[in-house]
Amino acid sequence: MDMNVKKKLGLKEKYALMTRSLGWETSYEPMDAVFPQTRYEGIRIHDWDKWEDPFRLTMDAYWKYQAEKERKLYAIVDAYAQNNGHLGVTDARYINALKIFLSAVPSLEYNAHRGFARLGRELPGVGPQIACQMQAIDEIRHAQTQIHSLSNYNRFYNGFHDWKHMNDRLWYLSVPKSFFEDACTCGPFEFIIAIGFSFEYVLTNLVFVPFISGAAYNGDMGAMTFGFSAQSDEARHMTLGLEVIKFMLEQDPANLPIIQAWIDKWVWRGVRLLSIVAMLMDYMLPKRIMSWKEAWEVYFEENGMALFKDLARYGIKVPDCVELIKKEKDHLSHQAWNAFYTAGKMTNFHTWLPTEEEMDWLSSKYPDTFDRLYRPRFEHYREMEKQGKRFYNTTLPMLCQVCQIPMLFTEADDPTQISYRQVTHQGDKYHFCSDHCQHIFEREPDKYVEAWLPAHQIWQGNCFAEGADPGAPDFDPLKSVLDYWHLVYGRDNLDFEGSEDQKNFAAWRAQATRN
Amino acid sequence: MPVVAIAPYVGVPKDTVDRFHGNQLLYVGWDRHLMFYAPVCLCLPPAMTFGELVRGPLAEAWSVHPQWSSIDWSAVRWLRSGEAFDPDFERSLADNGIGHKEVLRLQTPGLEALPGAV
Repeated sequence: MDMNVKKKLGLKEKYALMTRSLGWETSYEPMDAVFPQTRYEGIRIHDWDKWEDPFRLTMDAYWKYQAEKERKLYAIVDAYAQNNGHLGVTDARYINALKIFLSAVPSLEYNAHRGFARLGRELPGVGPQIACQMQAIDEIRHAQTQIHSLSNYNRFYNGFHDWKHMNDRLWYLSVPKSFFEDACTCGPFEFIIAIGFSFEYVLTNLVFVPFISGAAYNGDMGAMTFGFSAQSDEARHMTLGLEVIKFMLEQDPANLPIIQAWIDKWVWRGVRLLSIVAMLMDYMLPKRIMSWKEAWEVYFEENGMALFKDLARYGIKVPDCVELIKKEKDHLSHQAWNAFYTAGKMTNFHTWLPTEEEMDWLSSKYPDTFDRLYRPRFEHYREMEKQGKRFYNTTLPMLCQVCQIPMLFTEADDPTQISYRQVTHQGDKYHFCSDHCQHIFEREPDKYVEAWLPAHQIWQGNCFAEGADPGAPDFDPLKSVLDYWHLVYGRDNLDFEGSEDQKNFAAWRAQATRN
Repeated sequence: MPVVAIAPYVGVPKDTVDRFHGNQLLYVGWDRHLMFYAPVCLCLPPAMTFGELVRGPLAEAWSVHPQWSSIDWSAVRWLRSGEAFDPDFERSLADNGIGHKEVLRLQTPGLEALPGAV
C-alpha cells in the first residue's frame, strides 16, 4: 500500500489551524455564561471574526523565538556577573536609578501578566485570546528576567534586598502599584485600552528610552540586556494595542464615548506615573541621553499626535489632559527631584544635589524655568549642606486620592502655587493633585474611596514594625515605619554622599586599577 | 455610575475618621514655600487648639525655613478648603470648624520673595 504522506503545512494553513480553528460555539452552556465579563462595560462587539490578527505568530514559533532570546539574555547576564560588570557603570549614583526601576517594574510586569492571562480567558474571540495569551507569557518573562538581573546588583548595593515586600508597602511604590491594580480591577476592555493601548502604545517609548538607552549610555550592560530582551516583545504588544482599539471602534459607534473616556483617563494616569521617569532622566543618569522635555516632545507631541491624527477618523480626540502636560513638561522632573531629595529619609535609594555642571545642563535644557525656579532651590539646599544641615522633610506628605503622588504639582500657570482640588463625597473630603485626577474619582468614586494611601495607613497604625507598641514612651514612629518597610536607616536611605554604596564602589574600582 | 462592576458594588472608604483612634487628619500647606514639597499630612486630636497646632506640629515641620521666625501671625492669611478663614488660636480645631481631612493653607504676604519659591 502506498503511504499517503501529507505535505508539511504551509504557514497560512498552519496559522489558521493553530489559531482560528481552536475556537468553537459552545452548546452545553450559552456563550454569555462562558464569557461573562464582556457585557458590563457597555462595549458592543458584533462579530469577533472581524478581528484582524496583527501578527501571524503561532505558539510553536513563539516558543522557539522566545527560547532563543532567553539563551542570549542569560549568557550576557552571566558574563556580566563574572566580569563584575557593575563596576563599569559611569558612577555609582546611576545604580539608584536601577533601584527605582527594579523596585517598581517587576510587579508591574507581573500584574500585566495577570491582566493579559485573564483577557486570554475572557475575550470570546480566538484571535485576541491567542494574542493575549502570548502577551501574558511575555509579561511574566519580563518580570522573571528583571528579578534575575536584580540579584546581580543586590549582591553589591543596598536597597535592592526586599523589592517585593517594599512594593506592597513603601510609600512611593504605591504609585505604580495602585496604577496597575486600578487597571486589573477594570473590565477586560478597559484593561486592554489602559495597558495595551494607552500605556504600551502611547507611552512606552518614554519608559524604554531612559531605561535602555540610559543603561547603555551609563555602561550598564546588564540592565541594557534585559531591557532589549523585553523591548523586542513590545513591538508585538504595541501592534495588539492598536489593533484592539480599531477593532472596538469599528464594531459599534456606541463604543466611541466609552473608549474616549478610557483613553482620557489612562493617558493621564500613565503620564502621572511617568513623573518618576522624568526625574530619573534629568537627575539620576550621570550621563544623560536627552531631557525629559525633549523626550516628551519627540515621543508624545510628535509621534503620539500622529497616532491621534490616525484615530481621528473614528472620532477619537486628543485627551484634554495633553494641554496641562504640555505646560508641566518644563517643571515635572524638577518638582519630582525636589520631593525625593527632601524626602530622602524615607527612600530605598540615595539622592543628591546636581553638580554645578549638571545644573548648567539643566538650565540649557530648561531655559525658561530652571534658573528662575529650581536652581535657587538647589542652591539653598547646598548652603544648608555646607553648614552640615543637609535638609530632610520629616513629615508625611498629603497625597492625591487617585494617582497617590504627594501633592507636589503646581498650578498650570503658576509654578510656585501647589495645585489643590477637593470634593466631598458621602460626607468625607477627598483631595486631588489636578482636575484630571478629580474627574477620574468623580466617575467611579466607589473604586477610589478604597485607595490604600500610605500616609493615612501609617496614621491609622497599620504600618509599624511587627510587635511595635506605639504607646511605649520610647516609641519612634519613623524608625518603626522604616522597619515595617524593611529599610535600614543610614544604609539604604539618606544622601549618596557618604553612603556605603559610594564608598564600596570607589574601593572596588580602585582595586581594579591599583594594587 | 459609582463604579463599573460586574455586580452592584459599594465601596468602603478606607479613611473614615473612626479609624484614627480619636484623632483626625489635617492637611496644611504653606503657600509659595516649596522646600516643603507638598502640604503636610497630620493626625491630631480635634481638641488641640489652633495655637497648639501652629506652635507644635507646624513649627516642627517648617521652622527650618529661614522665614518662619519672621512670620507676623497677626498679618497672615489662612484658607480653609480654599476659602478665607479667620482661626481663633485659643479655640480647638473642632471649634474652628476644622473637621476630618480638612485642608488649610497658610499665606504669608511679604514673605514670598525668596528666589525659586524655596
